[in-house]
Amino acid sequence: MTLDAVTGRAWVYGDDIDTDVLAPAGYLTAPLEEMAAHCLQALDPDFAGAVRPGDIFVAGDNLGIGSSREQAPQCLIALGIRAVLARSFARIFYRNALNLGLPALVCRDVDRIGAGDVLRVDPIAGTVEHLSTGQRLGCEALPAHLVPMIADGGLVPHLRRRFAKPSAC
Amino acid sequence: MAMTLAEKLVARACGRERVVPGEVVTCRVDLAMVHDSSGPRRLAPKLDTIGAPVWDPARVVIITDHFVAESDARSEEIARVTRAWAVANGIGNLYEAQGICHVVLPERGHLRPGLFVVGGDSHSTTGGAFGCFVIGIGATEMAGVMATGEIWVKVPGTLQVRLDGELGAGVAAKDIMLLLCRRIGVNGANYRVVEFAGPGVATLPMPERMVLTNMAAELGAKTGLIAPDARTLRALRECGVVLDSVAPWRGDHAARYEQVIDIDAGKIAPQVAAPHSPENAAPVGEHAGTAIQQAYIGACTGAKLADLRMAARILAGRRVAAGVRLYVAPASVREAAVAAREGLTPALEDAGAQMLPSACGACIGRGPGVLAAGEVGIATTARNFRGRMGHPSSATYLASPYTVAASAVAGCIADPREFL
Ligand code: SF4
Repeated sequence: MTLDAVTGRAWVYGDDIDTDVLAPAGYLTAPLEEMAAHCLQALDPDFAGAVRPGDIFVAGDNLGIGSSREQAPQCLIALGIRAVLARSFARIFYRNALNLGLPALVCRDVDRIGAGDVLRVDPIAGTVEHLSTGQRLGCEALPAHLVPMIADGGLVPHLRRRFAKPSAC
Repeated sequence: MAMTLAEKLVARACGRERVVPGEVVTCRVDLAMVHDSSGPRRLAPKLDTIGAPVWDPARVVIITDHFVAESDARSEEIARVTRAWAVANGIGNLYEAQGICHVVLPERGHLRPGLFVVGGDSHSTTGGAFGCFVIGIGATEMAGVMATGEIWVKVPGTLQVRLDGELGAGVAAKDIMLLLCRRIGVNGANYRVVEFAGPGVATLPMPERMVLTNMAAELGAKTGLIAPDARTLRALRECGVVLDSVAPWRGDHAARYEQVIDIDAGKIAPQVAAPHSPENAAPVGEHAGTAIQQAYIGACTGAKLADLRMAARILAGRRVAAGVRLYVAPASVREAAVAAREGLTPALEDAGAQMLPSACGACIGRGPGVLAAGEVGIATTARNFRGRMGHPSSATYLASPYTVAASAVAGCIADPREFL
């Protein structure tokens, strides 16, 4: 994943999408692909089968409420989601997504996004554009102190660089 | 300048005189706890990629609980990987199948006031009852901590919940938290710390205080906190941690709180949260009579010794209703042993309860006690998200150990006060 702008179709859901529907516990010991195939199943059984690489996940308040399991954002990444937008995030989900290199943007105008709308999301600039109408949506940029980490592809590759170059600490 | 308890704890951990909410600081981690799901099986490959050893094996605690109630090839393999990684990395603090991590961690003397702790689980907030700052984090973030011993934190503002009065008979700390979930919602404290204070907290025993900080997670809080006092010192001593003072771990008198909520504990009725969110809480009367097929007394939230005592008060000398299964999974092996010695376990079993291993089990929808399609259960757990305890079409109500026990006897949701 990179921090380049992404263009994709929106999948739009409501408030309080929890980690149990994103990453069902029944598959916690299964390989990630198996769990990802059941991502969101309890809420929208069609999602995992129909989502395409490059799509964008949009939710209301408190996206990712619940468990600390990072399989929640990992399932979305495995299914090809390239950015998540929400009016607000549950704190652990937010950090998990960014640590995995998945841009998660706080976007107050998610109500103006419809299912299937094509969006262009620029995580560095913090802009979301409706491609069909050209409309700009209100969105916050990624926190500046995390941009180098996310640009490296997430915390693990970021730390690998740091440990490979002790002088760069 | 006056500081809250949360600010003091973060300031110490980042080596500063003071911090202000909103600042981003880097904290030194005193202790890192992981379990079998978030732990070695996920950390090992990440640390290998990073190319760093564990920064300080003595500061790591591994507690297996998530896949303990079941036994199949996959969970046994996770247990093996967990054990092997602990040995290979010189981590002596490995507790296998000794109970649920948030209960075992303090029980084995790992917590004390003033510490900055990270836990690979969202209910790590529980430890805040001991006056330490404990935040839940995901596995990648934990790998970062394991490699560096550090983590960035945005200094949180504090929402203070001031409790007055004493809980009535048949009412528990769980009811306070369900009421709060209803009042401010499951993101009512998002990014903030919830500090519980006031005379109503001072009189609350330690296991009940742990319910408050445990379920701070349900309010979206970064963590829950309670300033330590004489009761905390006594509880710590029982866990082998001997301290003679809790200074300086309390908020300053003039500290600024973002929000204050006053609750009169004496006025709280038993609460029940309807599916599929803790914030769907209401006084038990609103759901009384709803038929159930299962009652579950388990989880870090609701199966400590104190919770088993509550349940036994209702169940002793009574029988679980026909058509209802009652499962009891004590939160830790040590507490289960005390429960047996006290005669609680026989009383529960005589009533028809089936005892389960001290593990997460059905709380995360794994092992015995999982709900089948369309079934309705009532549980002492913290969360009732759709499908969490079993089939996506099952439904879970949340309540205190008193209310769950009373409902098991009645065969439907029931007010425990009628059973005292
Ligand atoms: S008992 Fe439930 S809430 Fe507690 S740690 Fe285990 S899965 Fe999480």
